[in-house]
Amino acid sequence: MSRLSRRRWTSRIAMLLSMVATAFGLVILAAILWTLLSRGVAAISPELFYLDTPPPGVAGGLANALYGSAVMTLVALAIAAPLGVMAGTALAEFSGRSRVAAAAGFLNDVLLSAPSIVIGLFVYTAMVVPMGHFSAWAGAVSLVIIALPVIVRTTQDMLQLVPGSLREAAVALGTPRWRVVVSVVWRAASNGLLTGILLAYARVAGETAPLLFTALSNQYWNSDMNAPMASLPVVIFQFAMSPYDDWQRLAWAGAFIITLTILVINIGARALGTSKHS
Amino acid sequence: MINLRPPEAGVSNGRRAIGSALEKPAKIDARGLRFSYDGNHEVLKGIDVTLRDRAVTAFIGPSGCGKSTLLRIFNRMYDLYPGQTATGEVLFDGRNILSKSEDLEELRGRIGMVFQKPTPFPMSIYENIAFGVRLHEKLGKAELDERVEAALREAALWEEVKDKLAQSGLGLSGGQQQRLCIARAIAIRPEVLLLDEPASALDPISTAKIEELIDELRAAYCIAIVTHNMQQAVRVSEYTAFMYLGELIEFGATDDIFTHPRNQRTEAYVTGRFG
Repeated sequence: MSRLSRRRWTSRIAMLLSMVATAFGLVILAAILWTLLSRGVAAISPELFYLDTPPPGVAGGLANALYGSAVMTLVALAIAAPLGVMAGTALAEFSGRSRVAAAAGFLNDVLLSAPSIVIGLFVYTAMVVPMGHFSAWAGAVSLVIIALPVIVRTTQDMLQLVPGSLREAAVALGTPRWRVVVSVVWRAASNGLLTGILLAYARVAGETAPLLFTALSNQYWNSDMNAPMASLPVVIFQFAMSPYDDWQRLAWAGAFIITLTILVINIGARALGTSKHS
Repeated sequence: MINLRPPEAGVSNGRRAIGSALEKPAKIDARGLRFSYDGNHEVLKGIDVTLRDRAVTAFIGPSGCGKSTLLRIFNRMYDLYPGQTATGEVLFDGRNILSKSEDLEELRGRIGMVFQKPTPFPMSIYENIAFGVRLHEKLGKAELDERVEAALREAALWEEVKDKLAQSGLGLSGGQQQRLCIARAIAIRPEVLLLDEPASALDPISTAKIEELIDELRAAYCIAIVTHNMQQAVRVSEYTAFMYLGELIEFGATDDIFTHPRNQRTEAYVTGRFG
């Protein structure tokens, strides 16, 4: 066999293997989406959005869980987004190559990959036990700890993508360092920063383990942050494991809603990330 | 284009204005200037050079000779990077700007810089100019509008952008972006303009516009320009400094440097035999 035809065959085989691997991944994704779609859409009804989670055999919805998820993730992001953007900015803009910055960046990466159940247990020990009860605050705090490293890392990466020449141009006008960051660098990276926050949202929206140990769940509507609060992932966990058909249907509906939300957020983040700066 | 230069410099070719330019006062005076990026290896080895007011001084020399490095000392740009050190003296109107107590924001308001690559900020054309002005002065809306217009006119960009001031500066062509950067630099009314290869990333037509612009600006500013294009140095400057391996080999009237260089290396470089 000539060298050229050998190369051609190697290329064909490599290409075939890559395509099989791709197909494998895509088939699994399609199967998940299909199952969710077929079971979830059937379970979608208007009551989902105004009735609370029911006892078995009674008509009900997911209103309390939807509310709980929305409140806890939004509170978590309201805390994690400013903290994360500022920490990422400190690492990217102000600490240079110092050892403290390197150590902080490394610890952030460790936190990024920490199992969420460990974070749940930590907040349980640090907040739930001293307070004496489960609460939505504890749930939100555990989500902050999960969202924070995601935002810190994307902020740092996105700011490092801003060309140094832009910083120099701002400095050359006599701009103070903080002003360079706020008015020029942040603005240049604004889409990227927003993408990081959206990705953090997508990450925490589906977290179950940390909420189980902290916010627990609640069968009833609750808007008190100091009391246990229902959330979609925990309700899905409970209902899907139950032997009751109507509970299982609600779990599928919840899973469908969560997946759709995360899909939309991810697509939004991707669109922001690739769009030209306006 | 209307020639705005005052009569004393009023010859269309800068080279021939040299007789009167010689009397122009020194604006920046570097003495025994040494610079290192890492504290060990010197890339500037004792530079003495004078930038005169209301004149254009060109810095030429092969890549890596230190001409951009030198320019970045005049506005203390190197301060951004820990470890970079300059010693010697740079007198700006008689005061040593290398001193630790120098107020860098004020200094950079008086010594503006334009870079090789156009660097418009990610904001509107208007804001690109107003941003720098607001840092140094408190102006009312009407005054600020006037200042923006004046700067854009001075940079020969007004006619092209007057109807789209609210649009992003990133939407302009490369040549327009570079003129926007020049407008931004002169809007804060500096005394010195440092131009670091301002036309090297541009097409010939944009380059010609930038050169015309420099010709207009020489009447009001002390200008230093780094260029790899020797024809450009001849066209725009009254003085030329030839640098090689961190040393200033020859410095004098542009006419002399290009027609009767005293140093053999200068002659070899300007005639294109090395570089």
